[in-house]
Amino acid sequence: MEEIPIIKLGRSLLVSIQIDMHDRLAVALEDELSEKLVETGAKGVIIDISGLDVVDSFVGRTLANIAGTARVLDAQTVVVGMRPQVAITLVELGLTLPGIKTALDVERGLAIVNATQGETADTIQRGPS
Amino acid sequence: MQRRGKRRTPFNVARPDRFQIRSAEDVRRVRQEVQVRAMKLGFRAVDQTKLVTAASEIARNTLDHGQGGTVDMEFVERNGQFGISLTFEDRGPGIADIAEAMEDGFTTSTGFGLGLPGAKRLVHEFRIQSETGRGTKVVLVRWS
Repeated sequence: MEEIPIIKLGRSLLVSIQIDMHDRLAVALEDELSEKLVETGAKGVIIDISGLDVVDSFVGRTLANIAGTARVLDAQTVVVGMRPQVAITLVELGLTLPGIKTALDVERGLAIVNATQGETADTIQRGPS
Repeated sequence: MQRRGKRRTPFNVARPDRFQIRSAEDVRRVRQEVQVRAMKLGFRAVDQTKLVTAASEIARNTLDHGQGGTVDMEFVERNGQFGISLTFEDRGPGIADIAEAMEDGFTTSTGFGLGLPGAKRLVHEFRIQSETGRGTKVVLVRWS
C-alpha cells in the first residue's frame, strides 16, 4: 500500500509528495494530516512537490483542501519545490492556488512559517485585553 | 518496412493505441502513457508537462462526467512536424451547453472549473463534440 510519510520538523509538518497522486491517496493524506495537526499542534504544513511532473486541477484541489483544513486548525500551508515546467503549466491552466503560499525550497518554506508564528505571538502579546 | 534514414516513429502510426478510462488508476495510466510518448517524440520538459496535464484533465472529465470511456493515442505528422493526438470518447450524458462548459469557472462541483478551458490552453489543437444523451468526444493535439 502506498503511503506519503508526514515528518515533524520543528513546529511544522513536512510532507513530500513523490508519487503520482490519485484519489484514495489524496483523501488519506488529507485525513492523516489533519489528525497529525491536532495531535502535534504544528503551526505549519510544508508540502514538497519537487517530485511531481504534473500538477493538474485534481492535485491543485487536494492542495487547496489541505490548506483550508490546516488554516482552520491554526496552521499555515506552504507549497515548496515546484518544478519550473509545472509552474508554467499551472499558470496556463489557470490554477492560481488561492490562499496557498509557495516557496522555492523546504528551508524557505520553514522560514515563512516561523515568521508568521513570530507575528502571531507578537500580536497576542500586544493584543487588547 | 522502415527504411533506413527515415525518422522512426515512436509508436504505431497506422493504428492508435487505445486505453480504457474506468477508474482513477486508469487516469494515472493515461498520464504515464502520454508522458512516455511525449518523451519518445522529444518534447521539451515543459511541453511534456503541458500535454500530460491537459490529458489528465480530460481523462478525469471522461471518468467523472462521461461515466468512463476510452482514449486513443496517435502519432501525427503534418508538414514535417511531429505531434501527438489524443482522442477521448465517452457515452455519458453529454454536455448540453458546450460554450458554457468552455468558460473559465464553470464547474460541476468537483473541480475549479478549469478542466475544458484549461486543457484547451495547454494544447495546439482542441476539438470537442457532444450530444446530449449520446456522449462526448474531445481531441487534443500538441506538436513537438
